[in-house]
Amino acid sequence: MAILVDEISRVCVQGITGREGMIRTRLMKDYGTNIMAGVTPGKGGQEVYGIPVYDSVQEAIESAGLIDVSVIFVPATLVKSAALEAIAAGIKLLVLVPDRVPIFDVLEIHRFAQESGARFVGPNTLGLVSPGKAVLGMIGGRAETARDWFRPGDIGVSSRSGGMTSAISYYLTEAGFGQSTIIHVGGDAVVGLSHPEIMELFEQDSQTELAVMFGEIGTTQEERVADLLEQKKFTKPLVAFVGGRAAKSGTRFSHAGAIVEGTRGSYESKVERLKQAGAHVAEAVSDIPKIIREIKSKRGKG
Amino acid sequence: MARLYEYQSKKLLKEGGIRIPEGDVASTPSEAREIADRIGKPVVLKVQVWMTGRAGLGGIKFAESPQEVEAMASELLGMKVGNFVIDKVLVEEKLDITSEYFAGLVIDDYQKCPLLVFSSVGGTGIEEIAREHPEKVAQIPIDVVRGLKEYEVRNLIRKLGISGKLLMRLSGLLTKFYGIAQKYDARSAEMNPLVVTEDGQVYAADCHLTVDDYAAFRHPELGIEVAREFDRPPTELEKIAYQVEEKDHRGTFYFFQMAEDIPEGENYIGFNGAGGGGSMMSMDAVLNKGFKLANYCDTSGNPSASKVYRAAKIILSQPGVKGYFASGSGVASQEQYHSARGLVKAFREERLEIPGVIRLGGNYEELAIEILGSYLKRIPGKVEGYGRDDSPEFCAQRMEDLIKENAYKPHQVRPIIEPTPPSGCYSFQTITGEIFFDHQKCAECRTKGCVKACKPEILKLDDDKPVLAVTPEEAQKGRCTECLACEIFCTFHEQEAISIHLPIPGLKEYREKILEGKE
Repeated sequence: MAILVDEISRVCVQGITGREGMIRTRLMKDYGTNIMAGVTPGKGGQEVYGIPVYDSVQEAIESAGLIDVSVIFVPATLVKSAALEAIAAGIKLLVLVPDRVPIFDVLEIHRFAQESGARFVGPNTLGLVSPGKAVLGMIGGRAETARDWFRPGDIGVSSRSGGMTSAISYYLTEAGFGQSTIIHVGGDAVVGLSHPEIMELFEQDSQTELAVMFGEIGTTQEERVADLLEQKKFTKPLVAFVGGRAAKSGTRFSHAGAIVEGTRGSYESKVERLKQAGAHVAEAVSDIPKIIREIKSKRGKG
Repeated sequence: MARLYEYQSKKLLKEGGIRIPEGDVASTPSEAREIADRIGKPVVLKVQVWMTGRAGLGGIKFAESPQEVEAMASELLGMKVGNFVIDKVLVEEKLDITSEYFAGLVIDDYQKCPLLVFSSVGGTGIEEIAREHPEKVAQIPIDVVRGLKEYEVRNLIRKLGISGKLLMRLSGLLTKFYGIAQKYDARSAEMNPLVVTEDGQVYAADCHLTVDDYAAFRHPELGIEVAREFDRPPTELEKIAYQVEEKDHRGTFYFFQMAEDIPEGENYIGFNGAGGGGSMMSMDAVLNKGFKLANYCDTSGNPSASKVYRAAKIILSQPGVKGYFASGSGVASQEQYHSARGLVKAFREERLEIPGVIRLGGNYEELAIEILGSYLKRIPGKVEGYGRDDSPEFCAQRMEDLIKENAYKPHQVRPIIEPTPPSGCYSFQTITGEIFFDHQKCAECRTKGCVKACKPEILKLDDDKPVLAVTPEEAQKGRCTECLACEIFCTFHEQEAISIHLPIPGLKEYREKILEGKE
């Protein structure tokens, strides 16, 4: 199964004629992603790697048919407008690749997405890949490397660091563990789908047997995953790593932040909450495959 | 987050219709006195820094007379508070306060909306008070599309026992406060305390606003120099680095200076990470080896070779570093040869004498490592390239070993020499620089390898010499990706006929200052 994307998903690329849009369309297409259309206003009628380019998302849908996902590669300042266009056209999953998207723009995208029952990954995301099926965004860089680094299997990977999303998955592949879906939820303070929502999707996914989560200091995502474990809303084994131990703690936005969040957000809080809730917390990223091997061998015996 | 000073934040409040104490900001004792003269009442002097708890640090003083103000201002100006040297004090009328409140705005990552937080107690120790008396704190999520309505605020604060005129005044003020925060893309904002005076008026006695870094471009009027999370004003080198970031939006270049003066004998290295998670992991590896970082730098998100080149030039403007350590996640999606070429150009120009360990794991890492290996043989410093199967710990060990073996001194900063291309050169502009071709030398060229090296295919041969295959406008708009491949090929395999000039405004002068200081 995998989550969010597979070989059937019909995809359009907004900003397909730009620098990143073009290179990563190549990656997605070569990997097998079902790309139906590209959109760049003013460039309708062109083609990129044989994919027709339209002036609007609406036009793309009228001409190319149903679109499930839009991957957005426009400059950060135009992301809001592109995302609202896709939502208005009825697309239910967006991948916002660019970084430096203003936070009030993200809040507004969320507001409209919520109203239309749409979901989004990012901003500031490398994207996601369901190995052997489809890739969205730029993860892997090239189809050839993406095939080499990521292999189909039963481990779901969710990460807040782009580079570490690939690194962890590559080390899993090297250790003989394939992946169901690998997702970089995005590096910003507010993102669309965050760790807890991804864990709920992994819970529902029949292919995923175990999840790996790369957390970071700041935000409440990891604590909310701990809540899910305690409430038995996530029942599969979870191996977690939290980055940022050495980083200066106490980067507080304000008193108001402290009043609302309390001690949540710190390295200690996240690790403690995850351990209490029954997650396997790795001290080093390189320990993750070993921990998985232990979990699997115990389960095998059980 | 780009922080604004209290006096800047208050100016925005005033423009938005919120009452603030009468006053102004002073940079000299005599200015402070003039302001106090104008106010004509007892005043308060407040040092302007990006931190709270100033009172406890002696940064807030009360004065009765203009003479006293002048004396106190001369005490405060130049004082060191945390990482700040005080260069501005705010001089304001002293208010007759009857009660204090707290109001703040945060962005909630769970509900994905702004939250207005209000407390019927304010002032120092607000966090503790809120913890012990949750009943005195109220908060409300805000719909960013609808905005905040005054009746919502009334409903919020009436629960804290506020009524009558004060209810009306506070709710009007808080509604305006949200409007200001939204207008300026505030990442956070707070008024602490918000005070009621004896005549029943409500004033923002203090205010701190931070602007979303990613939205700072919408607010040039705020004069934000470096839109980054800093707990002190940016250093000269950080300002230079930020200009590079501002002018080239391909990828991210973050530069934070951790030591301005590197003491002799200390184990400092220049650090060039890539990606937040990978950088942190790499930083841990070198810190565990006992190294200290002169700087923290992150070049990620698929930066151009020219951007990485500039990052390296800036990192190498720090005299005394013993090594150059570059490492990211190890499995990067971005084409790693861009970084490799940027580093080759920088290291070669600097005639690098310190060792470098460059971990460029990821897409096309084999090519990236080959570029480093082939083209950095002629510089004194030994540079080693590594890939995804080499751990950060192993690379940190190599850094240690290479520094031990290195016969050269710690890094010495060199003056920047602007290239002077021969007259009549063929040249064109790129996004951030200019490329020069010495066609006389091109005549001697056997391979014309620059044309083949140009992946975006913007070069062609005309009369056996390389020229643009696209218009100069197209090249400048980005068809030339500044990948540096043509220059590197020509320099190492042919005639040294190509030179790419990538200016870094301010760096030449910065280095001159360092070199003068040494003499």
